[in-house]
This record gives sequence, C-alpha cells and structure tokens, in this order.
Amino acid sequence: MPDRLTAIPFECLVTEQHPLVGGKCASLGTMSQAGLPVPPGFAVTIDVFADAKQGSGLMPRIKDLITNVDTDDQTALVSAASRAREMVRSWRLSEEHENRLRQMYADLCALCGTEDVPVAVRSSATVEDSPDASFAGEHDTYLWVCGIDDVLEKVRGCWASLFTERAITYRNEMGYDHDRVDMAVAVQKMIRPRAAGVAFTLDPTNGDRSGICIDAAWGFGEGVVSGDVTPDNFLVDKVMWSINRRIISPKTHAHLLTEVEGSHCPRVSRVQLPDDQVNVPSLTDDEIVAIAKLARAAEKHYGCPQDIEWAVDDDLPAGEDAVLLQARPETVWSKKRHRVGAKTDATASIVDTLVNPLYARRRKLPA
Amino acid sequence: MADRFPSPFEIQTPEGAEGWQELYTYSSLFCEERREYEEGAFWFHDGVHWPEALTPWDTTFLEFALASLSQYNTRHYIIPPAYGVDFRILNGYVYLSPVPAPPEDIESRVPLFMERAGFYFGNWNRLYDDWLVKIRDLVKEMSELRLEPLPQFEDLEVITSGVGKGSGNELLASYHRLLDLALTLWQYHFEFLNLGYAAYLDFFGFCKTAFPSIPDLAIAKMVAGVDVDLFRPDDELKKLARLAVSSGIDDRFDAGDVATTWEKLKSDEAGRAWIAEWEKAAEPWFNFSTGSGFYHSDKIWIENVEVPVGYIADYITKVRDGVDLDRPIQALHAERDRVVAEYRELLDSDEDREAFDAKLGLSRTVFPYVENHNFYVEHWAHSVLWRKMRDVGKVLKAADFIVNTDDVFMLKRAEVSDVLWDLYAGWAVGAPSRGPGYWPAEIERRRGIHEALKQWSAPPALGIPPEVVTEPFTVMLWGITSDSVSAWLSSGEGGADGELSGFAASPGLVEGPARVIFSADQISEIEDGEILVAPLTAPSWAPIFGKIKATVTDVGGMMSHAAIVCREYGLPAVTGTAFGTKNIRTGQLIRVDGNTGKVTVLE
Repeated sequence: MPDRLTAIPFECLVTEQHPLVGGKCASLGTMSQAGLPVPPGFAVTIDVFADAKQGSGLMPRIKDLITNVDTDDQTALVSAASRAREMVRSWRLSEEHENRLRQMYADLCALCGTEDVPVAVRSSATVEDSPDASFAGEHDTYLWVCGIDDVLEKVRGCWASLFTERAITYRNEMGYDHDRVDMAVAVQKMIRPRAAGVAFTLDPTNGDRSGICIDAAWGFGEGVVSGDVTPDNFLVDKVMWSINRRIISPKTHAHLLTEVEGSHCPRVSRVQLPDDQVNVPSLTDDEIVAIAKLARAAEKHYGCPQDIEWAVDDDLPAGEDAVLLQARPETVWSKKRHRVGAKTDATASIVDTLVNPLYARRRKLPA
Repeated sequence: MADRFPSPFEIQTPEGAEGWQELYTYSSLFCEERREYEEGAFWFHDGVHWPEALTPWDTTFLEFALASLSQYNTRHYIIPPAYGVDFRILNGYVYLSPVPAPPEDIESRVPLFMERAGFYFGNWNRLYDDWLVKIRDLVKEMSELRLEPLPQFEDLEVITSGVGKGSGNELLASYHRLLDLALTLWQYHFEFLNLGYAAYLDFFGFCKTAFPSIPDLAIAKMVAGVDVDLFRPDDELKKLARLAVSSGIDDRFDAGDVATTWEKLKSDEAGRAWIAEWEKAAEPWFNFSTGSGFYHSDKIWIENVEVPVGYIADYITKVRDGVDLDRPIQALHAERDRVVAEYRELLDSDEDREAFDAKLGLSRTVFPYVENHNFYVEHWAHSVLWRKMRDVGKVLKAADFIVNTDDVFMLKRAEVSDVLWDLYAGWAVGAPSRGPGYWPAEIERRRGIHEALKQWSAPPALGIPPEVVTEPFTVMLWGITSDSVSAWLSSGEGGADGELSGFAASPGLVEGPARVIFSADQISEIEDGEILVAPLTAPSWAPIFGKIKATVTDVGGMMSHAAIVCREYGLPAVTGTAFGTKNIRTGQLIRVDGNTGKVTVLE
C-alpha cells in the first residue's frame, strides 16, 4: 500500500485532502490555511482506519452482528454494540502507519518542547453520501491524552465510537451501510495558556472599524469571558499595527491549571496571583500585534467583524504561540451603519472642517 | 495645574541684556500702547523655526513670513474663521498668536473663500507649475543682484553710455530690491501653503471621523509623497558616494580634510569627472541648510563643503560594506497603496469611499507643494539671500563700518538702508562717513546683549490659553493643540515624574542612551545607537538618522521634519515634548514610545 496517507499536520491540510480527514479536521485545516493558527496537531486519515479495518478481517463479523440486531431490544443492542467496539479496539495498525504516527506525535512533542505533550484526541467522521452534521459531537473525544501509546489507544477508541448504540440505530434507521462510514481522528495539542482572552475586530466603545480591541488576562480566558477577572485592554490599529491604547488592570486572580490528585487530568481553577504579576501587562507588544493579526485574519476569512477567543500557549515557540480558539460574528456594532457623510464638494467640505475644527469637536466629546 | 501662562509684561529682562528692545523692529515688541490686546491673547513660542535668540537682521524672515501667512488668510482667500498669526519678539525669542475672525463675520466670509480657494484647488497643477517658474526666476534675479564695494571712480562706460546714475545708487537700489524680493519670496511661500494645509486637514478630519482611533501618522502616510524634493540632497550624496566607489577613487575621501581630498580628485580624469558630477548636484541641491534656514549662522552645505563631504565619506564606508543605500521606493509605494486600500475597504459605504477618494485625491494634489516648497524657499532661496547679505557685509567691512562680515546681521533690516546711505554719502562727498566711528562699538554692545539673550530659556507660552485651539495652521504648522497647551500648563514645573508627552510622530518603542543636541554643530557627537534629543531637527541632518535609534524633539507636530524623516527611516519619534532638551541629559537611559507619544527617563 505505497500511496496510503497516514497523517497530515493541520497547517499542511489542503482542500483536496478533506475527504480523507473528516469534517472536524477539515475545518481545523481550513482555519490553519487561512492564517488562523489553531493549536497545532495532525489528522489521522481514514486510510489508517480503512487499512486497520481491512487488515483485521473482522468487519464481516461486526456487520453481521449489528445489521441484524433488533434496535428496539435494548439489552441485545447494548451487547452487540459493546462487542463490536471491543473488536474495533483490537484492530492493529500496520507497522508503517504506526511508525509514522509515532513520528508525527514525536514531532509535535518536539515543537512544544515537552515529552508526552498532552493532546485532545477527537473523532472526525466522514460519511460518503450524507453530511454527518446531525451526528457531530456524538463520537468520542478524549482530553489530556499523554504519550503515543495512549494516543494510539484513543485513536482506536474514536474508531470504536462509530459503534455506539445510538450510531448503530441511526444508521440502521437511515439505511446507511455500516461499512461505508469512515473515521478520521484529530490529534490536537491541549493549550496551556500563559495568557488568554477575547478580541473584537472593531472598537466596542465607538464602533471604530479600524481598531482591534483585545481583552487579556493571565492563564485561561474563562475569567475574561465570565468577567471574574478585570483584563488588560489594548486597542490595535488593524492597518498600521500600532498599539493605540493600553490599559493595564490589576489582575489579582487568574484561571490556571491545577493538578488533581489521583488523576493525570489537571483542572482549571481560579487562583490568586502573586503580587509581582498583578500589575504587569499580560501580553508583550509582539503578542498584542500577533493576536490582532489573528483576529484580522479571521475577519477577512469570514467576511464580517468577529468576536474571537484566543490564547498564547506557553509550550509553543515564540512567534507561533498565539492561537485561535473560537471565532464568531460580532453582533452589536456590525448591524449599525458608520457613515461619515461628508460634503462631496471639496471646498464646501473644507469650510466645514475649518469652521468646526476636529480638535474642537473632539474636545466636546465626553471623556 | 496653573490656569494661565505668565503675562508677556511679567517677563524680566535677562541680566546683561538691558536695552535688548533696540535690536528689534519697534512694531515687533510687546508695548504699553497695545497692552490690553496683548495681555488678553495667547502667545506661544515658535521653537520650530526660531529656537534661538535672533540677531537683529535675522528677524526679517520672521516678519516677512508671518505677515505673508497672515495676508493670505485675511486678505486673499478669506479663511472663514481665521485671521492671521500675530508675532512678537520678547528677549530675542519669537512668540506667535493666532487671531480668530470675529464669529459674526464667519458666515459672510464663506462664499468669498469658496470662490477664491475653489479657483486655486481647481487649477492647482497649472498654478504650481507656474510657481516653480516664478520661484526659479526670483532666485535667479536675487543671484544676479550686484552688492559690491563702491569704486574710486565710475567706469568710463558709465559716462559714454549716458546712463546718468552711479554705483552708490545701484548699491542702495540692490539692497532695497533684495528686501523686496525676500518679501515676494515669502508671498510665494504662502500662495499655496494655507490652502494645502486646509485640504489636508479636511482629509484628516474625514479619517478621524470615520476611524476615531486612526493614528495621525497613518493619515500622513496615505498622503505623503515618496519622491520628495526634500530627500534630493541626501539622495545626491548617496549617488556621489556610489560614483566614488564605482570609479575607484573612494580612497581619496579617507584624507580627512576637504582640501586634500579635492587636490587628489583634481589629479586625474576620474577625479575630475567626479567633481563635475558634484558641481551638477550642488546647484541647486546643496543650497541646503543644516538648520531651519532662518538663521544666518545656519551652515549651508555649498559654503561648508566639509559637511556634505563628511556625509559622503560615511556613505562610502557603507557602500564598501555592501549596504544598500537606495530608499526602497517600490516598497514604499506598495506600502502606501496597502494602507490606503485597507482603510478604504473599512469604510461604511460606497458614498463614503467616494468622499474618501476625492479628499485623498485633493490632498495628494496639494501635497507636493506642501512637501517641496521648503527646499525652494527656506533652503535654496534663503541660501542665496544669506550670501547676498554677506556681500553687503563685505562692502561694509571694506569701508571699515564693521569688523567682520557677519556683523551685518547685528544691524536691523531698515538700519542697513541708513548705513548704506551713510557709506554712499561719504563716498559721494569724499568726506568721512559717520559709520566707521559709530558701528564697531555699537555692534560690540549688541553682541553682548545677544549673548545674554541666548542664555535665556524661553517659556513655551504666554498669556491666557484658549479654551480650544482651533486655528488650523497653528495645529498643522506648530503642532499646538488644546492637549499640548494643557500639558505645558501642568508640566511647567519640570516634569518631576520623568515622563514627557508629545506627538506619536513615528511608531515603534525603543530604549537607549540619550544624546542631547542643541545645534547642527554638535551632530558629530552623536554615536551609534543613541537616541537623539534636540529642540528640533533639520532635513539636512538626514545622514545621522542611519545612526540613531529614535528621536525626541521639543517642538513640532506630525508633519515636522523629524517626524517625516523618522517615518522614512522607520525610527520611533516623539515630537513636540516642549521640555525634552530641558529634562533629559546626555547619557541618561530613556524609553521612547512612538506609538503613544510618551518619553520616559529610566535612570
């Protein structure tokens, strides 16, 4: 099988490869290619899934098991589904695929400068003839997966989640062939933000479209979103990339990762910050501009003002550490017009400018 | 915070400068007869053009410039809300006061302005082409004026041609003509400038309304030209440096003194060819002042050849090191187009985009004048004028009226007329003039007064600050806004917190050791990686911008020379800090934030 693809880093994923990687990975690839850096990672293609399936020789038995199950008989369904998933988890990867995945994960660890970098392993399903939208989120996702052996196990876990009771019932009812469903998997770094927050691609104080307004705080962005920390605020010009406003707030608390006893999976909790961090800007100038550029790229990509969530990941190399977590359209100012409505006659307009000078106009505005 | 500046009548005469008033035109002094008007007005020190105490003759350009500026506002274009800018000399320093039009007259002035300004805007390019001819003709006529010592006997030809008048008459007439031409020069200067600024301000206002947070320098960048005559002298130096290297004669610039370099150049064909290129560049481009062009003491390249030759030697070193001296014209054009396209796209509607295009178009039409006039007037024509005045000085020196040629600048403009009369009359009669017995001592006395005035530190403003500064040219030309006035009021005590604020004139943030420089003579003190702190900078300082990390000036706004050159060189600049040279000492570590206009003394 010389031409089989194993895995593709998100930033290398091109449109032609989307059928190989499923919906979730395709969207991460699209963002990455549009200059919207998402947390790094890679897609495990459906080739890996298909080859493992083929190699196992178990698919006829699985099909037999689940096609004929009476989906109204809950006990029978649970038992069939569970046996099917068990069989999927036993699938073996070809040596070539496995070696490539080990290498891909090792590269990700190297990029992050961490051994066994924690990742999220998410299902990214494809169904040849139907958009799987109605099923998005129904397949498994594993957070804080550490080490390649665990990653490989969770990849199989994602595959196996094709055979939950609900998935089986759904396909049987819709008349979809159980064999024509493929499963790719997204392996993506868990963010460990030094700072995080939100950004608007306009100035929410006055609707100025030339500004990008950033709220930032130490650690995770939860506090900025919920309002339980007072963030630093920056206004960046989206053409000149100059920082036109900085308000550094006292940040007494932050949402940070804390270890949970007896679990490898840490938790985000609100903690008090040491005094020497309280009044320090949570972003450097370079980071501020990088986040502004990321927000502007999202605005250009989606074609309207955006409200984004971002993070500066402590594990990523400087210059590549600003990542986009979420983007949605801005809804308040976007609906309003922002016309200047100046006189079209040049000399008449100049008279207006001279008689009612800008500096006088600006003075009259409330501070 | 104080609510007013000192009254001009409270200002004391510096010790040793008693009688300073006699050095200046009677009409340019604060005086009891006009006290009520003068005390009710707001006066700011013009450190942009006249940072130092003036000598008597040097006030000529102050008076000619301000009267001409005012005349175009008040009498030619009838700028609806603004009369002229009044001017005074106090302790040798220049104070200006914008005069508003009476509010009740503004409306009736509008149609007059529309018709007159409309004509200039509608015919701008043709009129500007005519201007370039007018200014060259004027410089040519000035250059040809004869200001020479009077002969023992008139030439026989004066007799045989029946001309019927003599050299003394011509000397007096030439001086008077020189003054007339100097005033005409300043009329020409303001023929376009006020309107040019008005058009720019209109575009500026549009951008600020559409994008309240848009940086001033973004607006400047959209309008500013890439090929500007003000950069020509520096470009010519680079060209000459490259020529020296490519013709293999660059080692001759290692000599260290100009005479030796020139001697070596003249010794062969390649060297002579280089000199020919030098001469081509020198007229007119090296009629370039190392200062603002408003002081007789400003050095002019063509008369102080060691200055441009020193710069050429520096550039030669860079060429040898493989440094690309070319300004990235293509990239600058592309960047300007990008900035315009991006802001344009962010506007609300096609209607706004149409207005934006029209205003940007007009601004770009008027801007070549705004950017280029400075070379023609303050550099080229002034260089010729100073030369001609030195010719007058030589005439007076030859007749023992004065000791040094430059003593002529210790005479008032109108006095020179009387002095030449004295000289002429003595020559005509064949009997002693009064001058040789009178002027040397009087000039010594005046020099003492001037020295005392030079030590005085002029406060940034006098009188009662206006509620808002609205006069457009005050804002554009001098960078004086309501904000800077209140900053002066609050930081008059000396900025104890180690922070200064001014215009964010060129973006970027750097830290480094300060180098405080008060005049062009100190330029050579500047070392690599220092931050230049100066009252202001001049275009001819361009070659040092390759050495420094940032610039801080006391005076000037977004369009000041320091701002323009720093943007060109990609260096942070904060202009108009008022107290930079006062509060910062050479060697102190400072932080310059060209994004916010803040300067912080770190140690």
